[in-house]
Amino acid sequence: MRHRLAAVLVAALGASAGCKHETHDVRPAQELSQSPGGVVLSTLFAGGVPSAIAGTLKDSQQNAYAMNEGKRLFDAYNCTGCHAHGGGAIGPALMDAKWIYGSSPENVYQTIVEGRPNGMPSFRGKIPDFQVAQLVAYVRSMPGLAGGFWAPGRNDAMQVKPGENTVSAQAPVRAPGAPPP
Amino acid sequence: MMPASGYALAPAGPQAARLAQVFWAFFAVCAVVYVVVVALLLLGALRPGAAAVDEPARLRLVAAGGVLTALTLVGLLVVSIHGGHQLNPMRGAKDVLTVQVIGRQWWWELRYPGTAPDQEVVTANELHVPVGRPVLLRLVSRDVIHSFWVPELHGKRDLIPGHDSTTYIQADRAGVFRGQCAEFCGTQHAQMGFLVIAEPEEKFQAWLSAQRTPAPPQEALSAEARRGQDLFLHGTCVMCHRVAGTSAGATMGPDLTHVGSRATLAAGSLPNVHDHLRRWVADAQSVKPGSHMPPTPLSAADQDSLVTYLEALR
Repeated sequence: MRHRLAAVLVAALGASAGCKHETHDVRPAQELSQSPGGVVLSTLFAGGVPSAIAGTLKDSQQNAYAMNEGKRLFDAYNCTGCHAHGGGAIGPALMDAKWIYGSSPENVYQTIVEGRPNGMPSFRGKIPDFQVAQLVAYVRSMPGLAGGFWAPGRNDAMQVKPGENTVSAQAPVRAPGAPPP
Repeated sequence: MMPASGYALAPAGPQAARLAQVFWAFFAVCAVVYVVVVALLLLGALRPGAAAVDEPARLRLVAAGGVLTALTLVGLLVVSIHGGHQLNPMRGAKDVLTVQVIGRQWWWELRYPGTAPDQEVVTANELHVPVGRPVLLRLVSRDVIHSFWVPELHGKRDLIPGHDSTTYIQADRAGVFRGQCAEFCGTQHAQMGFLVIAEPEEKFQAWLSAQRTPAPPQEALSAEARRGQDLFLHGTCVMCHRVAGTSAGATMGPDLTHVGSRATLAAGSLPNVHDHLRRWVADAQSVKPGSHMPPTPLSAADQDSLVTYLEALR
C-alpha cells in the first residue's frame, strides 16, 4: 500500500515537471520599449521585422498574457474606432478569413507600424514595440489563428461574436493580386 | 503635504465618528465580558469547590448565564443596527457636492461635473473637498472591483464594474487624509492610494477654478519645457494621456493637465518631485511592476525636458 502511494507520488512529481509555467515579463528590455524605428519599408512588400523584436513577436503569439494585453490595448488605442470589435466598420473586419495584407505575425506587425493604403494609419513612434507584438497576438486570435491553445481573457459583457478561445482557425484567403506572404 | 495616519478611530467626518462610537461600545462590552469570564475561570481553577451548590441551583446558574449572554448579544445587535441606520445623516441634504470616482487599475480618476462640458474638472488620485459640506460620491469602475476607503471619513464602499454605487462623505475639519483601495484588484492593489484634501470652501473654489483652466499655451513655456512638450505630443505619451489645451486627448491614463500641482505620483506611490517624476516616466515598472505605464526610453536630456514640461503643467 505504502509502495503504491509512493509510486503515485513519484509519478505525479514527474508529470508536474512537464507543466511549463507561462511567464510574462512586466519589464521589457529597453530596445523593446522603443517605438519601432529603422527604415520605412514599402507597404507593398511584406518584409521581415527588425531583429530586436523578432523573438518577442514570436513568443507573444504563444502567450495568453500577451494576447490579453493586446485585447486591452486594442480598446485603449482605439483600434475599435475603425475595426469595431473585429466585425469591421470603417476599417476591414478582423474576425473573418480575408486578410488583404497577410496574416503572419510579421505582416500584421508591418500593417500596424507602417500603416496601409486607404486608411490604416502608421503607428510608428506611437506604440512601444512590445505592445505592438501584443496587439499582433490579439488580432491574430480573432479569426482563430492563435492556434487554439492560447486565448485572451473572456469578456465581462455579452458579445455578439464567439469568444476568441472558441473560434476554429480559418485559413486566410488572400485577396486577388495581394503580394506574396 | 503629509497625510494623516489613516487611523479610523481619529474620525474627521460624521460617519467615521458613528463607526468609532459603535467600535467603542463593542469594545467596552466585550472588555467587561472578558474580565468577568476570566475572573470566573480563575476562581474555578484556583479555589475548586468554593462555590459548590446542589444540582438544581447549578442548572439555574447555567440558565442565567445563557440568558445574560443572549441579552448581551441582542444589546450589541441593537447598537450595531442603530449605528448603521444613522450612518448617512446627510442623505437628502441640500448643497451637496457631487464627484464621480472612477476606479482604474491602479489609480483613481476623479470628475467634478460642471454646468457645461468645458467646466468639468478631471483629475487623478487627489480628491479635494470643502470642509463641512456633504459630498456625494458616484463610484464606478472601469475594469475590476475596487473599494474606496478613507478610514478617517467613512467605511469602505465597493466600486463594481457595470453597477454605479453612491456614498456620502463629509470632512468636519481641514486636513489631508490618505485613502486606499480596499478590495484586492491585481498586482498593484497595494499601491493604489489617493489623498483626500479637505480645505475651507474659498480655498476649494479657488482650486476648482484653477483646475478648469487649460494647460499654459506654448508661448508661456520656457524653451526647455517647449522641447518637452514637443516630445510629449510626438511620442507615445499622447496614446494614453490628456493635456487640455493641446492635441493630447486620450483618456486611458491620468489626466495630466495639472499634474505639476499634484502632491503625489502613481496613485500615492511617490512624492511628486523632479527626480521621482523622471524615474516614473523613464521606467515606471521599477516603481510599480505590472502597472499599465510602459517604460519610455529617452536620453537624459530628453527626460529632463519632458519632466520640465510636466512640472510646468500646474
